[in-house]
Amino acid sequence: MYTEEHLAPVATPPPPVDILRFNTCGSVDDGKSTLIGRLLYDSKSLMEDQIEALERSADLTGGGGINLANLTDGLRAEREQGITIDVAYRYFATPRRKFIIADTPGHVQYTRNMVTGASTANLSIVLVDARAGVIEQSRRHTAIAALLRIPHLVVAVNKMDLVGWSEERFREIRAQFEEFLPRLGIQDVTFIPMSALNGDNVVEASAHTPWYRGPTLLGHLETVHVASDWNLAGLRLPVQWVNRPNRPRDTALHDFRGYSGQIAGGVLRRGQEVVALPSGLISRVKEIWTYDGAVEEAFCPQSVTVVLEHDVDLGRGGMVIGREQPPGVGCDLTARVCWMHPRALQPGRKFLLKHTTQTVPVVVPELLNRLDLETLEPAAAPASLAMNDIGEIRLRTAQPLFFDAYARNRLTGSFILIEPGTHATVAAGLLDEPREFVRPEGAEYVI
Amino acid sequence: MPSYHLDHLQHLETEAIHILREVAGEFERPALLFSGGKDSICLLRLAEKAFRPSEFPLPLLNVDTGHHFPELNDFRDRRAAELGARLIVRTVEDAIARGIAQPAPGEISRNRLQIPTLLAAIEEFRFDCCIGGARRDEEKARAKERFFSFRDAFGQWDPKNQRPEIWNLYNARLNPGENMRVFPLSNWTELDVWEYIRRERLEVPSIYFSHERRCVRRGGQWLPVNNLVPPRPAEEVRDLVVRVRTIGDIISTGCVESRASTVDDIIAEIAAARVTERGSRADDRASEAAMEDRKKAGYF
Repeated sequence: MYTEEHLAPVATPPPPVDILRFNTCGSVDDGKSTLIGRLLYDSKSLMEDQIEALERSADLTGGGGINLANLTDGLRAEREQGITIDVAYRYFATPRRKFIIADTPGHVQYTRNMVTGASTANLSIVLVDARAGVIEQSRRHTAIAALLRIPHLVVAVNKMDLVGWSEERFREIRAQFEEFLPRLGIQDVTFIPMSALNGDNVVEASAHTPWYRGPTLLGHLETVHVASDWNLAGLRLPVQWVNRPNRPRDTALHDFRGYSGQIAGGVLRRGQEVVALPSGLISRVKEIWTYDGAVEEAFCPQSVTVVLEHDVDLGRGGMVIGREQPPGVGCDLTARVCWMHPRALQPGRKFLLKHTTQTVPVVVPELLNRLDLETLEPAAAPASLAMNDIGEIRLRTAQPLFFDAYARNRLTGSFILIEPGTHATVAAGLLDEPREFVRPEGAEYVI
Repeated sequence: MPSYHLDHLQHLETEAIHILREVAGEFERPALLFSGGKDSICLLRLAEKAFRPSEFPLPLLNVDTGHHFPELNDFRDRRAAELGARLIVRTVEDAIARGIAQPAPGEISRNRLQIPTLLAAIEEFRFDCCIGGARRDEEKARAKERFFSFRDAFGQWDPKNQRPEIWNLYNARLNPGENMRVFPLSNWTELDVWEYIRRERLEVPSIYFSHERRCVRRGGQWLPVNNLVPPRPAEEVRDLVVRVRTIGDIISTGCVESRASTVDDIIAEIAAARVTERGSRADDRASEAAMEDRKKAGYF
């Protein structure tokens, strides 16, 4: 058995490497899988056995040549049908960054997968076929990226080789996007002309685009400034699990009662005055316990265990907040939802709503509007929301929710709806601005 | 002004701790699959970070094929004892004796037989959730796996009908008989695992480091010679300095020639590697869809 001698003394720690999470979206045949294959291949992130496996399967679908799409289309059904049916995650690293790719299919009935892949992304790549230009799918994908408030967008104008590397065509497509982008409120958009199949402007700069002075795709991914997605403004610690050691004879731990969770917003400091929700009782942070020792402060998205000075009534589903910037509170809510289930949403239906660590019964009394993804305008109150529809709805929960607008905090502003019985996840929801806020004035805040 | 920055390992760590605590909060009877391999070693450290100073709120479970490397089982038992965790071992041997698992005529590999053995253990202890150390970078079918992977009453995975997983909100709801597999290391790569082992100074079984071993060349790999893998006539047998990169059964785990004797050496070796980890596992090379088929049937 090996022991310490195998652990060479740890040299100076390497500089922090950060993570960029991005997703790719486009229509069938826009060349998404080929683009990811090209990124992996040209950044030398592929291994010999993966290339061998590609060569083994080349005869089936690739007409003899290596088919880069086979790298990501992992399931047999996908290879047979030549489409991507689910979100696939890929990993690669360069000396500057680690990358997590969510490869999300563009086929119209799989929008739920795009929402899944995009919900944790820092950046979205929308692929456009240079021959086809902006189509309904391009608008839909861009709208979803905007809805989910993904900070950075890349429009990859692909298959430029098939339009003779025409600068004019590239500008036309750019203009098509710029017609509707302002309405979506996306801050940072980069357009890149490329050919994923041939590798132009993916990792290596292309000789065919002397008129393009921007970065290659990888160059952009490596350097784009990932402004912190994490909200450091108002303390939010949803309690996941109450940590109570069962050691009656250990005096140090006899009275230990910690509240474990991942900080969903703000900074937690030892000695800080905090409010326990839903009771509204005020206490003070006695200790921030971690396995690696107590710390003076911790921040979003760290996972910690907090010990309070007083015995407050607090368990899973509760939340520790600061005295500043209190969250909203209420049972009557409005939110935008992406409907993800074949059984359409109709007013009056009941679900379970999971928000942070709390799951509560909820009824949907009213559908307010449906977003027309072609015009990107909200259309009048619909009779129902079908799969892949995005619309605004009213919700009434059985217990009050403590929440923020999604625009302020992705973690405390989001929820999912679960259908009772089947337990299917039927919707992803983004909460609107609260109408009432928690007023932590002693114990008698008013809802 | 302090910089509130997490590096990539700290990001992966807090994500995994969050998932472990969601399991503790949402399930009645979870278990953690612990083999003694490098990925499950990381899982145990993450469980310490998620649940200490309390005891682990879940037992460790291992399906012993009877073809494990002996070094691995020793390590497994000792580590569980050190942590004061409850370790449950169920063997394929016993499952065969009780008729739960039936080997095909001439079938030597225990790989397929792990599946009914695991499903029987889940039924015996009424586990509603099993935490595993699988990573999405291991294999193409794994790349489509969720953190919370739903299995029906037959233990089957239906890749076309997975629950969408949005933000960090995991739907853990089950009906009786259904089961969840949870993979906190989904976003980790092989290199991340070794960097975490280095940072946390975790002990790993000796077979990960270079050692001398008699190997036989078979199917383009060096397999360790032992009573289950006797060399056949005309096969090439050599004494080599090797290590294992991924640990499966002793009859299918290829050894790679390596002088890596420290964690730093291993990290340098992986960073320069030109084949993937599972390139040395004969069970994955059987066909293009080998892993997909096993997962649909209830594999880890």
